[in-house]
Amino acid sequence: MNINRTINFLGLRKFFFGVAIVLMIASLGSLVVKQLNLGLDFTGGALVELNYSEAADLEEIRATLRENGWGDAVVQNFGASTDVLIRLASDDPDLGNQVADMVKRTEGGEVSVKRVEFIGPQVGEELRDQGGLGMLLAIGGILLYVSLRFQMKFAVAAILALVHDVIFTLGFFAFFGLSFDLTVLAALLAVIGYSLNDTIVVFDRIRENIRAMRHTDLVEIINVSTTQTLGRTLATSFSTILVLLALFWFGGENIHGFATALLIGVGIGTYSSIYVAGGLLVTMKLTREDLIPPQIEEEVDERP
Amino acid sequence: MLNRYPLWKYLLIAAVLVLGVIYAMPNLYPDDPAIQISGASSTLEIQQPDLDRIEQALAAANLPTKGTELGANGRSGLVRLVNRADQLKAQDVVRDALGRDYVVAQNLAPTTPDWLSNIGAGPMTLGLDLSGGVHFLLQVDMEKAIESRVNVYQSELRGLMRTEGVRYRSLPTQGNTLQFGFADEEQRSEARRLISRQYNQFALETTERQDQYVLQLTLTEAEIAAIRDYAVNQNLTTVRNRVNELGVAEPLVQRQGADRIVVELPGVQDTAEAKRVLGKTANLEFRLAAEPDAARATTESFPFRSSQGRVADVERSIIITGDQVTDAQANYDENGRPQVNINLDSHGGELMNRATRSNIGRGMAVLFIEQRQISRTVTEEVDGVMQEVEVPAFVEEKSIISLATIQSALGTQFRITGLDSPAESSELALLLRAGGLAAPMHFVEERTIGPSLGAENIAKGVTATQVGFLAVLVFMIIIYRAFGVFASIALSFNLVLLIALMSMLGATLTLPGIAGIVLTLGMAVDANVLIFSRIKEEIFNGMSPQRAVHEGFDKAFSAIIDGNLTTLLVGVILFAMGSGPIKGFAVTLSLGIVTSMFSAIMVTRAMVNLAVGGRDVKKLWL
Repeated sequence: MNINRTINFLGLRKFFFGVAIVLMIASLGSLVVKQLNLGLDFTGGALVELNYSEAADLEEIRATLRENGWGDAVVQNFGASTDVLIRLASDDPDLGNQVADMVKRTEGGEVSVKRVEFIGPQVGEELRDQGGLGMLLAIGGILLYVSLRFQMKFAVAAILALVHDVIFTLGFFAFFGLSFDLTVLAALLAVIGYSLNDTIVVFDRIRENIRAMRHTDLVEIINVSTTQTLGRTLATSFSTILVLLALFWFGGENIHGFATALLIGVGIGTYSSIYVAGGLLVTMKLTREDLIPPQIEEEVDERP
Repeated sequence: MLNRYPLWKYLLIAAVLVLGVIYAMPNLYPDDPAIQISGASSTLEIQQPDLDRIEQALAAANLPTKGTELGANGRSGLVRLVNRADQLKAQDVVRDALGRDYVVAQNLAPTTPDWLSNIGAGPMTLGLDLSGGVHFLLQVDMEKAIESRVNVYQSELRGLMRTEGVRYRSLPTQGNTLQFGFADEEQRSEARRLISRQYNQFALETTERQDQYVLQLTLTEAEIAAIRDYAVNQNLTTVRNRVNELGVAEPLVQRQGADRIVVELPGVQDTAEAKRVLGKTANLEFRLAAEPDAARATTESFPFRSSQGRVADVERSIIITGDQVTDAQANYDENGRPQVNINLDSHGGELMNRATRSNIGRGMAVLFIEQRQISRTVTEEVDGVMQEVEVPAFVEEKSIISLATIQSALGTQFRITGLDSPAESSELALLLRAGGLAAPMHFVEERTIGPSLGAENIAKGVTATQVGFLAVLVFMIIIYRAFGVFASIALSFNLVLLIALMSMLGATLTLPGIAGIVLTLGMAVDANVLIFSRIKEEIFNGMSPQRAVHEGFDKAFSAIIDGNLTTLLVGVILFAMGSGPIKGFAVTLSLGIVTSMFSAIMVTRAMVNLAVGGRDVKKLWL
């Protein structure tokens, strides 16, 4: 993949910033209005996964649970019509087992318990805090590393691009009401790593070109750099998306959220490292001097 | 000369590859489902006839076996089964065949060939989500820990003031603050002098109220921190001992955070049994038997644990608690009667000595305290509405397990005699040794993963890895042709290396971990993509192929390092912060980045050098 002509990415940067801002507002909006559908890991409660020998009758299971006073239980198929997932809000560690027994007795066919989980509400709360803190730490570490290896303006641009990706992915999960659990959080942090990787490669080329090409304006340099790395950006994203699709289709229900978050994140991360990160550098007025400190002429000081 | 590697580099790469293959190999041998047996007491040996008997019983129950093995120390035995689904049934059959003296547990037996295990190669440890099993998270009740320590201090201080002739009045304890009242200021300053000389755990304060001179002793922050730390560590030891009683192979018992303990029992499905043993929040107290003429207010009466209806009066004040017992052994005295030898820690020994030297001839009781978790209903505001909410609460049940006469002043080592039977002495020893909990605990997290789900997760993970891997290989070969083949070989190498490294480090593979491996495969080609696209670019700019290859590798290097180091940074933070699934993912992600840098840079370079180095290449097949 070789692009012989420099693409004028930044010519449309006002438009793409507009798109980014609209996306951010929409994402934040759905986060506020619909909120994240937090999974058991974060909310606490009990979860039971059952496997029936024949297609399970969800209504019957719900009825049984209602009779036993668990009307607010969420009962749904999980991956296959024979697999059922039951979720309850609870702070009783033994409830999962009780529910499993309760439901087992109602069905005619054979039922096996695949898993039973209980998470105390307090644990969930802590995980939420920990996850948020982890995210902040990751962002802080990156800010520091990029500032040291590149320059402050690069770091800020990279972080803003990252925040953009993370918020969009979160917004996506909120908008479609997808369950947000620990694996999704892990995926989100992986998105940070991936998207940063992407951005850094572009930045690396911008830095190289600023040093090598004299007397060219910044917009031109960024356009050239983005074009030069475009083939690589697309190839890597494509191979990553290939494996993620494999995970999504073949990895099973338990990994769906993870694969979804990464697919969205890698997609938006690729977009943002092409359009958002570079554009931000222009907005922040990156100059040659930011990378190559001008020589201070010593004589100046000696004159009165 | 451009694009030539020295011989040692090729040799190094070959050596790493060979080692990688060898250490990744054990993962090709899946574990056998097995039943493990061990004696319930340390004296009980497992012999070949026992195993033969089990095999016959299993054969009679129509459960096929693959063979039996004796443990190296003669204390355990293993029966390998053919089917995973038979495990639970087989466990019951074996239990029936052997009787109550043996611990029978489900297990997974490795099938790694001897020559591999001899060089320390073994398969990756599988997380519970892949192997099936139970995961518990226990929370230590710190308030109770501090409360019980405050009580111990209170009786110690009372004893101190009594022996020194300081007259005091006990006032109610407020949280971490003990209070004593005195009739005049001299008494108070005498008490203050005494206490501050022997105890530095307290911040002392004086107040006056209702004609009383009050001395307030508040536990210092450092002491509270020490109590918390002690409570968790003591409970950790106790839980470990109890888990060992379950006979589970490779259990994991670990402290998590400030006040939690994680227990993972691979292969266990019977949560009720595991919870019963772990949740047994027992503690012990040593107290003096009450004098016949003692005031009612200073004594309490408790039933005996073994014989119903029998009751005894003991003093309210506690000499020591079970967590000060460091060791206990059941054996027999000179006359062949059962006894228990006890070792205390030095603080406990001192307290015991102080209490017993003036009380020879009196009885001393060992109290067993059981804390059972119940649900209590309280009215609480939930989302602005008053509701009945169930909260976990504890009830304490105390009973006497032994009442023996003090023969002489006791110290850190002493024995309890006058026990009815060897069974009683061995139970007492076990309880003492298993240790009391320094504080009650409750379950805050519980996960049971069935073996079928585990197997399903592995199968799906493997399929996803294979499909993803193939897709990337095809993609790379399509867009980079010959160089795509190099990248594919490097990627295969990377996968082998990653598996070998995880096996060697003893990292635990989980489902998110497999996802991490798959993701790594997708991202690992990035370094190759960077290099190859750079080479193409250089050729496009008119460089000779030889030169372009050289420059391509060179120039891509800084981008590869920067890109990967930042991702690695995220991986390390994830590992440090996360627990459970996040940690499993972070491990494979971080290791994958390290191995992929090696394989994508070094290995690809070696292959490219072998193919084009030192040759007059007109055109690269790229």
